[in-house]
Amino acid sequence: MPLQTPPLRGAHDERGAKFTEFGGWDMPVEFDSIRTEHAAVREDVGVFDVSHMGQMHVTGPDATTLMQRLTSNDVSRLAVGDSQYAAITNEEGIIIDDTVVYRLPNETTASSGEHGEPTYLFVPNAGTDEETHERWISYRNEWGLEATVDNRTDEYAMFAVQGPNAPTLVDELTDESVADLARFEAQYATIDGVTCWIARTGYTGEDGFELIIPWSEAEHIWGLIDCLPCGLGARDTLRIEAGLLLSGQDFDLESNPRTPYEAGIGFTVDLETEFVGRDALEQVDVEGVDEKLIGLQLIDRGVPRHGYDITNTDGRVVGTVTSGTMSPSLDKPIGLGYVPTEYAEPGTTLQVVVRGQSKKARVETTPFIDTV
Amino acid sequence: MSFDIPDDRQYLESHEWALETDGVVRVGITDFAQDELGDVVFVELPGEGDHLKQEDDLGVIESIKAVSDLYAPVSGEVTAVNEALFDAPELVNEDPFGEGWMLEIDADDTAELEALLTAEAYEDQIA
Repeated sequence: MPLQTPPLRGAHDERGAKFTEFGGWDMPVEFDSIRTEHAAVREDVGVFDVSHMGQMHVTGPDATTLMQRLTSNDVSRLAVGDSQYAAITNEEGIIIDDTVVYRLPNETTASSGEHGEPTYLFVPNAGTDEETHERWISYRNEWGLEATVDNRTDEYAMFAVQGPNAPTLVDELTDESVADLARFEAQYATIDGVTCWIARTGYTGEDGFELIIPWSEAEHIWGLIDCLPCGLGARDTLRIEAGLLLSGQDFDLESNPRTPYEAGIGFTVDLETEFVGRDALEQVDVEGVDEKLIGLQLIDRGVPRHGYDITNTDGRVVGTVTSGTMSPSLDKPIGLGYVPTEYAEPGTTLQVVVRGQSKKARVETTPFIDTV
Repeated sequence: MSFDIPDDRQYLESHEWALETDGVVRVGITDFAQDELGDVVFVELPGEGDHLKQEDDLGVIESIKAVSDLYAPVSGEVTAVNEALFDAPELVNEDPFGEGWMLEIDADDTAELEALLTAEAYEDQIA
C-alpha cells in the first residue's frame, strides 16, 4: 500500500527533512537534528506537522450520547470550546486507542434550528481513522442513534506549535487573541484569512497549541509559522520525557493489551458514565491492577529501547520496556515499561537487558521533567 | 546533500572507514553514516587486547533514534579505543573522520584491506 503523504511532503523535503513511515504515513522524522529540535521546544518554540493524526467529526441530536458511550471520559462535561483526553476501550476495558475530544460550536442545520446540534471533533492516532470511523458507525447503527460521523482526516492538516514561546508566536498570527485560552480550551481563530481550530493542547509536556487547518491552506499557514520545524524524532523524545503514552507502543490491543489503569491514565476513566468497557473497568478499579506502567532510568551505560526485557535484581524477567531513549534534556537514558506492582515503587532497583547484558536501572516517577 | 569522503582511507559497505598506518588500522564511521544516524548518544566498543576477525561485529553505535552494529574492516588485535567517545559520543557527529574515531587494530594481515572499497567506490555506493 502506498504511504499517505501530508500536504507538506514537498516543502519538508526541500527543507532537508528525513522521512519515516508512521501509521501508514510518510512523515518527517528529523529536520536538523533531534537534539536541536528537542531543545527548541523545551527552551523556545518549535512546530511539528502532525497531519497524520485522524480527524473525526460527529454531530447530530445524539452526538453527545454516541461520544459518551465510546470514550472513557465524561463528554457531557464539555462546554463548547473545551476538550478532554480520553481512552477508547473495548468491552474488556482494554485500550484500543487514546484521543482528544473537542466540543466544537454547535452545528446549525435546517432541521436543528437556531441553537444547533452538539458537534464534536476527536483526534484518533495515525492510521486508526478508518477503523475508528467504522466503530462509531457500527455502534451508532446498533444503538439507533441519530448522529453523523465523518472521517475528515484527508481534509485537515494539523500543526503543533510547542514550547514556552508558543503562546506569543501563535497569538501574533491570529486576528482574535488566543493567549487567554486555558489548557485544553480551544476556539476558532483566523490566520491570514483562514479559519483554523486552535487548541491549547500538545504532546510535549510544554505549553503550546495545536492548529487544525483546511488541507488546501496547509502550506500557506505553515509558511507563516516562523520557528524551527521539528520531526517525529523530537516529538518522541519530548513525549517520553513528559511520560506521555504512544498508541501502538506503550499500549496496543494486539501486542500489549492494557487497561487505562495499568497504563497510568486512570484519570481518563469516569465510571459514573456509561461507555463500552465501563463494567470491566469498574471491576479493575475495585480489584486493583497486577502490573502498571513505570518510568525508569538506566544507572549503567546503555539506552533502554522498545521490547527490551526488564528483570528484577535476581535476573528474573518481570516486565518489558515499551519506550526508551537517551533523554536530551536530562542527558540520561530513560524509558517507560510495565512491571508487576510490587516493583513499581519509585526508587526500586531493577535491570534492563541490553544486548544480553543486564544494566542497572531505577524506577522513577513520571513525568521525568517539569511539565505544564 | 554532499558528504565528506576523504581519499586517504578505505571504506566498508556498512559505512565504516579504515585508515592504515604502519600496519595499524584506525576505524570510524563515515560522514554519511553519522548523518543517517543523527545525534549519536552511545558507543559500545571492544576492550584493548581483544582479537577481532574481519567482518566481525566490533561494537554498537546508538543515536537517539537508532541502534547500529559496527563491523571490523580487518582482523587483528585492538590496541586502542577512543575513550573520549564514552563521555562525548557527539564527537562522532562533529568530526567522524578525526576526533570521532573509534578504535585501532593491529592488523594480522594488511592484505585483507584490499577487499575494502576505495573512496570513489564508496561514493558511488551512497550516491
